Amino acid sequence: MSVSPAVPSTRASRPQRGWYKRNEIAITPWLFLLPAMIFFAVYVIIPIGQSFWISLHEWDGLGEKTWVGTANYERLLGWGDANVDRKFSVSFWNNLKWLVLYLLAIPAGLFIALFLNQTVTGIRFYKSMFFFPFVISQVVVGLVFSWFYLPREGLLNAILGFFGAGPINVLGDPTLATYGIIAAGLWPQTAYCMILYLTGLNAVDPEQVEAARLDGAKGPKMLWYVILPQLKPATFIAFVVTIIGALRSFDLISVMTNGGPFGSTRVLSFYMFEESLSEFGFRMGYGAAIAVILFFIMLGFITYFLYAMYQDEKGAR
Amino acid sequence: MHSILKTSLAALVAAGITASSAAADAHGLSGELNIISDMSNPAPRAVMEGLAADFDALHPNLEVNLTIVDREAWKTQIRNALGANPPDVVNWYAANRMRPYVDAGLFADISDLWAEPEFEALASTKGAMTLDGAQWGVPYTYYQWGVYYRKDIFDQYGLSEPTNWEEELANCQTLLDNGVKCYTIGTKFLWTAGGWFDYINSRTNGYDFHMALARGEVEWTDDRVRQTFANWRQLIDMGAFIDDHQTYSWQEALPFMVNGEAAAYLMGNFAVAAMRDGGLTDDQLDFYQFPMINPDVDYAEDAPTDTFHIASGAQNMDAAKEFLRYVTSAEVQTAINGGDALGQLPVNANASIDADKFLEQGFDMLSNNAGGGIMQFFDRDFDAEMASVGMEGLQEFMVFPDNLDDILMRLEETRQRIYN
Repeated sequence: MSVSPAVPSTRASRPQRGWYKRNEIAITPWLFLLPAMIFFAVYVIIPIGQSFWISLHEWDGLGEKTWVGTANYERLLGWGDANVDRKFSVSFWNNLKWLVLYLLAIPAGLFIALFLNQTVTGIRFYKSMFFFPFVISQVVVGLVFSWFYLPREGLLNAILGFFGAGPINVLGDPTLATYGIIAAGLWPQTAYCMILYLTGLNAVDPEQVEAARLDGAKGPKMLWYVILPQLKPATFIAFVVTIIGALRSFDLISVMTNGGPFGSTRVLSFYMFEESLSEFGFRMGYGAAIAVILFFIMLGFITYFLYAMYQDEKGAR
Repeated sequence: MHSILKTSLAALVAAGITASSAAADAHGLSGELNIISDMSNPAPRAVMEGLAADFDALHPNLEVNLTIVDREAWKTQIRNALGANPPDVVNWYAANRMRPYVDAGLFADISDLWAEPEFEALASTKGAMTLDGAQWGVPYTYYQWGVYYRKDIFDQYGLSEPTNWEEELANCQTLLDNGVKCYTIGTKFLWTAGGWFDYINSRTNGYDFHMALARGEVEWTDDRVRQTFANWRQLIDMGAFIDDHQTYSWQEALPFMVNGEAAAYLMGNFAVAAMRDGGLTDDQLDFYQFPMINPDVDYAEDAPTDTFHIASGAQNMDAAKEFLRYVTSAEVQTAINGGDALGQLPVNANASIDADKFLEQGFDMLSNNAGGGIMQFFDRDFDAEMASVGMEGLQEFMVFPDNLDDILMRLEETRQRIYN
């Protein structure tokens, strides 16, 4: 106010635009993002932090929390003088079995997709029949397979008996039970991978196939050098959903064996549930510690997926 | 995920129904009484709804609101329900199963109610309702455990009810020689194995030892515990139990008995209804007390008690207490435990028992032949975590008895962690 301009400013006479109008370009994206960010924070980010916090306490979920530092982790992983928690190591190895064997769904899905990718009368019907197991609930899949495995009445033992093999109780045998459940899980997962590959096969460029054929490629060579590279996006998605499916194997285990026999089919998510939320579970801190470890395992995969997608997009640009 | 959703729904329901409440009138009960019950099976559900309606009719100024939650779901939902804005009255179980809620101050101390003269008729269950020298709830029903067997099969092979372990083993050998398994059992959900341990341990070492083990005062690697497992192993090595029992639930194990492939079932009285539904008549079905093993110890029996509790945050304490008095009165006890209702044993000594041969035998056994004491059940007497680790070990023992040392070591490790 000390210096008044000799010439009155022409800008002052123009109506001043609002603060929002001036910053519209910068702010609008954030406004659109805001609801998602709030929900993501409330339901994902903050609970992760809370899990960390709870995992440093001993807490029965009802009374006061007691600070125990890293004692829960020491007991889980067997640091210091504690033995490694055997239930934890069993669950961890089972998780690994799930991760590795579940990936069989990808080649199996590819095989079925190649098989079904033809024009025959009623092919849509066959496709939908193959896709059917993915549509029904995991709980139903679990029930059907546990009946299939029944030691006396089950179809599996009827078939084995036909070939003269002795009856086996798949879900009652601690060495076989996990594989039995994984096989049940592969049934819907294969269907899922199949549908991903079927859509992928639609996008395969017929001209390239034609060109390869002229060059004399056929059979496995055609598949490996011509078809598969074009299916790379489908393979990536199939890989992602299969890994996630393997880590979410909770419901099948709960329905088919309830973690048994003697805890041999537990995975980390089921163990966490048992320790903290089930009928006899009053160890919130311990359960949270398991959840944190599971979180880091998942984080490894998630980082890899994000990195791969980032690389992909960079390549596409 | 699913169960988290369910528990939070329960919390919402619990919060909703207690939204309003009024002060109790000095001249009569008024306001609202909110009850959450886990009596969700058809027959108990009818009983509970009848109880609420009758109590409502007795007190015209009082509005009774009843919420019935699935029995299995309630075992995990009770935590949320008792948290914020709790109901007045809830169902739960006796003995150590109350511990987490008593320790967290979520159950109200109702010792004053137990001091009233009418409650002397409930003296037999007082011990099961007592923790830290105070009472935390009232029982409304209990039932005996014991061996339910196929009388026609026993008659066919000239067997009689065994009274001691030698007779038991001899009976079993005869049955096995004729291609019939002695016992059916389904251990998929573990607790059925707990019943076997309760009986063999209390018959081998006595009630006091069993309860000391439950309180964590005895090591699992103790020789007396090993003796229990050695006795149990005699049956296992004979092949007394059906094969593949780890795959079946207790209901799925029933057909073995109904079809005559197994002769007996160590179970609670609730199994009788299922056996009758399966087509067994009362002529085919009978009951005997678990036989004596060590003649120096008195009989102790499993008789799990189901209970009502008042939440410490109850809005209508007077009405809640009146409801507990009402439920435990001799008249109501007779009515709700009748054969057409719960079909179990009344807790009030002045109540009468329905004319049912299993209830009569059970009541006689518990009143006259359980001098050792009444156990609640493995998963109610032992600490929750000890029970879950323990029952898993018991199941493993029944399938792989050779793993015993490893199992006992694991249980001992757990015991030391929990009780020290």
